[in-house]
Amino acid sequence: MPKSKIYPSFDAAVADIPDNVTIGFGGFAVVGVPINLYQALAAQGAKGLTCVSNTTRGGATLPPDAPSMEWLIRNDQVRKVVCAFTAPTRASQRLVFTEYYESGRIEAELVPQGTLAERLRAAGAGVPAFYTPAAVGTELAEGRETRVFHGREYLLEEALPLDYAFIRAWKADEAGNLLFRRSQRNFNPLMAMAAKVTIVEVEEDILPRGAIDPDEVHTPGIFVHRLIKIPPPPEGWWPMRPAEIAALNRQ
Amino acid sequence: MSENKGLTRQQMCDRLAMEFQDGWIVNLGIGIPTLCSNCDFGEREIIFHSENGVVGYGPLTPAGEEDLHLVNAGGQHVTLRPGAAIVHHADAFGMIRSGRIDVTVLGAYEVAENGDFANWKMAGQKGGGIGGAMDLAACARHVFVAMEQTTRNGRPRLVERCAIPVTARGVVDLVVTNYGLFEITPAGMALKEIAPGITIDEVKATTGCKLIVPGNVPVVKGAG
Repeated sequence: MPKSKIYPSFDAAVADIPDNVTIGFGGFAVVGVPINLYQALAAQGAKGLTCVSNTTRGGATLPPDAPSMEWLIRNDQVRKVVCAFTAPTRASQRLVFTEYYESGRIEAELVPQGTLAERLRAAGAGVPAFYTPAAVGTELAEGRETRVFHGREYLLEEALPLDYAFIRAWKADEAGNLLFRRSQRNFNPLMAMAAKVTIVEVEEDILPRGAIDPDEVHTPGIFVHRLIKIPPPPEGWWPMRPAEIAALNRQ
Repeated sequence: MSENKGLTRQQMCDRLAMEFQDGWIVNLGIGIPTLCSNCDFGEREIIFHSENGVVGYGPLTPAGEEDLHLVNAGGQHVTLRPGAAIVHHADAFGMIRSGRIDVTVLGAYEVAENGDFANWKMAGQKGGGIGGAMDLAACARHVFVAMEQTTRNGRPRLVERCAIPVTARGVVDLVVTNYGLFEITPAGMALKEIAPGITIDEVKATTGCKLIVPGNVPVVKGAG
């Protein structure tokens, strides 16, 4: 009998996460963000974490009190972030991260978004490093190894392996095969393939083994280790429509 | 304040969108450039690509009808056009690095006369917001910039050399501001078209580099 990958709760799924590990969090804007796993990890309390994600905050299309990396930052659980955004993109925007970064309590590695995605893919593909034209000639490339191929300069980038990936999927079967819906896919399959242990919050009821056609699998179960079905709101966190969030913000 | 003079943001984007050719794959940065997807392309087929893996998105979704699984690179809820496809982030950037993107339209803080531009880090800021801009700027076939003519304090954004850290070097082709349309040529920054109600002297006074001004500068196409 294959061992079940289904966990009874988010808390159970993150209970054994040790201090000082590297965790990748999927999602882009609010879509595909493992909101419930952020909440569980904040409660679990592992410290000294290196957090890999597109940004240091939750999506704008979440209620302001929704869990995000900001919960981990406020809890002093984060040692370092690896992100494509480490500063606000608008003067009006405030990031919890900024205060911790400026006071030296958190380190940051700023990475172009395509390089971040490819470093994860490389880790999952067993490729230790690659060359990319992104960031050549910029401050990010200063003092680093470049090489010319066919007359063009490229920057050496290393794979970014993860200890854990926290992701969100639309459908899963008991074998851990995953389907994402629309732009929910984003970084999620890459985080899964880069990680030793992938933990997935799943939107639909988890299907029996074999219920997903093999040709349709986005992320195969060999990259997936723990599955938790997201309960309906308010117990589980789900993205909301902009008008619903605006109404909450007015309260 | 130069921000209230000349072209509206939508007019700026309408002008750049006139340059999109039939069949082009177009990537729009966040901010002003997203308005390029509101333009009327007539018979031209334009495929909008976004970094989060949406290839072939359409207009923004009306309020209340949002698909909560679907956003563009700016996090806005969008629709899909017939023939759209979804890929993951690495494939979305594979399309970018391998030269599939015909044009990217980006916002910027500064554009230099040699085609360098800066859009990820403000002066004195620790950290920055790169997003996909460095990958796009290095690899798209054309890089267009849409930005205001000056900063809020009236400082030129069109400059001799970028004073803040660059996003990529020598890549910008075309810039639209509220004051007009500018082309980066081998000889430098050239004024191609001017916004209605703006004088050549006003453009020169708010431009921080040498400006090539032909004898007759037409009004911005579509804005006259």
